[in-house]
Amino acid sequence: MSTMTLDAAGRTEAAQSELTGGQIAASAEVRKTVGKPFCDTAKLRMRNVNVFYGEAQAIHSVSLDIGRNQVVAMIGPSGCGKSTFLRCLNRMNDTIEGCRVEGELSLDGDPIYGPKVDVVPLRARVGMVFQKPNPFPKSIYENVAYGPKIHGIASRRADLDEIVESSLRRAGLWNEVKDRLDKPGTGLSGGQQQRLCIARAIAVSPEVILMDEPCSALDPIATARIEELIDELRENYTIAIVTHSMQQAARVSQRTAYFHLGRLVEVNDTETVFTNPEHELTEAYITGRFG
Amino acid sequence: MTNLTQAQVRERIEKRLASRHRKEKLFRGLGIASIAFGVLAVVILFSDIISKGSGAFMQTAIQLEIHYDAQVLDIDKVDDESLAWANFSGVIRQALRERFPSVTSRGEKRELYTLVSSGAPFTLRDRLADDPELLGKSEKVWFAADDDVDTFVKSLKDSKEGFRGRTSEQKAGWIEQLLDSGELKKRFNTTFFTNGDSREPEQAGIRAALMGSLFTLLVTLALSFPIGVAAAIYLEEYAPKNRWTDLIEVNINNLAAVPSIVFGLLGLAIFINFFELPRSAPLVGGLVLTLMTLPTIIISSRAALKAVPPSIREAAMGMGASRMQVVFHHVLPLAMPGMLTGAIIGMAQALGETAPLLMIGMVAFIVDVPAGVTDPATVLPVQIFLWADSPERAFVERTSAAIMVLLSVLIVMNASAVLLRKKLERRW
Repeated sequence: MSTMTLDAAGRTEAAQSELTGGQIAASAEVRKTVGKPFCDTAKLRMRNVNVFYGEAQAIHSVSLDIGRNQVVAMIGPSGCGKSTFLRCLNRMNDTIEGCRVEGELSLDGDPIYGPKVDVVPLRARVGMVFQKPNPFPKSIYENVAYGPKIHGIASRRADLDEIVESSLRRAGLWNEVKDRLDKPGTGLSGGQQQRLCIARAIAVSPEVILMDEPCSALDPIATARIEELIDELRENYTIAIVTHSMQQAARVSQRTAYFHLGRLVEVNDTETVFTNPEHELTEAYITGRFG
Repeated sequence: MTNLTQAQVRERIEKRLASRHRKEKLFRGLGIASIAFGVLAVVILFSDIISKGSGAFMQTAIQLEIHYDAQVLDIDKVDDESLAWANFSGVIRQALRERFPSVTSRGEKRELYTLVSSGAPFTLRDRLADDPELLGKSEKVWFAADDDVDTFVKSLKDSKEGFRGRTSEQKAGWIEQLLDSGELKKRFNTTFFTNGDSREPEQAGIRAALMGSLFTLLVTLALSFPIGVAAAIYLEEYAPKNRWTDLIEVNINNLAAVPSIVFGLLGLAIFINFFELPRSAPLVGGLVLTLMTLPTIIISSRAALKAVPPSIREAAMGMGASRMQVVFHHVLPLAMPGMLTGAIIGMAQALGETAPLLMIGMVAFIVDVPAGVTDPATVLPVQIFLWADSPERAFVERTSAAIMVLLSVLIVMNASAVLLRKKLERRW
């Protein structure tokens, strides 16, 4: 992707200038994370996040910023806590029995956790795309129209039609499904289903889209389409993506966070992580010595 | 483990192959044998019931020439009052005497009069009420024969002798005479479907029990389905998993195993003694059966909810749907077929339940067809119990016929459950 290097280079400077001021504070906060976990255009701000499953601690004091209109990739070996961390961002962990989240998490300054926070509007602002494509067992139209309907964004049929069309267009699915909007969403191919799920997520105009290994169940061609789509979506949305594929992280993201055993080891511009990692664990992982 | 060559390994595998195939075949054979046993049991049950009960759908009837003689009837006009005390049996007796003029002695006459059902005067009253013009005229009327006659005629088919029982040789002669002249015939037994219970088999019907069962089931369904589904949804989707919910779960499972008679006692003590609801009423029966079917419905509904893939829940939650929206928009439609199956199984159980209803008085002898949930009523299985207990031989076939009706209601219920499931099940 030609635009990426340019972008990444531009952002490197911005991030560095911010860090000169905040570096001391940051290093005091997280002793273990190396690189540049913070940025001044932060959309999502996480500080000292600890996640427990019962007695076991899954995430150890992670601090990270996710910048506006940025794609942040989270990589790491299986069980390193990257999915758990991602699911804290729209509180999908709430439903897991015995799961406890500590730390400060905020979206544009609004707290994500707290006794007064309602998850319904939060999840409308922070959408999610899952590992396995999971369209509702309803028609393609209803899949996309569901979010706008329940949030009362559009009630008139014409408005809904418009949202459905524009969402499907943005997800690059419109031309393939425009003649069969009333057909079941589960009848589409895996790649189309995942794009339908993306269309469904963007139909409520979220600010952030969380993607939990969105391509792991797809073939290379479908994967390439989703990756292209992610790059286009960056213009309007902030995206956090968990991936097992380092190539994918390198292709779609501007910043990359490397997780290891529940700790955030390194955060840097994607190019730096893949060409010149600061931490030896990161290097070991990206060169394929474990993972 | 010693080092084996590939050839040795193959040899070992092949040596065991024959016995593995043999076991496979044996297991399959056992499966087929079990199914065959089940099918055989069903065939024996059905053929026995049908062979015994099919006779009840036919009823022997006797045709008599009736003169609506105002003098014998002892009335001069037809109105409600006169119909109530008109001497219809006199007219019938006269007709019988005219048909068999050779009968003269008192004893013989008395026996002659027992040819037709003791309900025959009511048949005549209804005819006259329908058409008051008949007064003073004559017509041929079919009357239900007495149950002894009915039993005798039906048994004639197999052997020339026939089952006589209380029927004397002379009476048998009259019957054969009527048979030969075509004045005695077997006709379709509509009474069986239109009447309530009766001490006289030829007047007994299952209408009252059927309606009683219907009302009872309606009450049960209206209460147990919403309560059961609501409880299942709360326990499965909302309740935290802690010691209390574990305790509740254990108790629900225990309730499913409580003998039904205990629920009957509970209903007697609480609904009738404490709340003073009417005895023998479908309302109380339905309440008791609700208690009994609730565990079944809760357990099966929870299983259906559990079977909904978590990915659908996650998808809806990720869209910002509230818990209730997740449940009602996504989980419930997918779980509905399973819930309905559970409900129908519970209903079928309730339909066949007898013991708890005995405790709340639904075993009483009730002739009237109930018109509502508070009217005294009985239900099909209790009716079967009552008839099976009756000494008259004609009740044997009626018992089997009632069983057939009960079974067909069950089959219809189960079939509709399957259809409903097919219809509700997502095509995708």
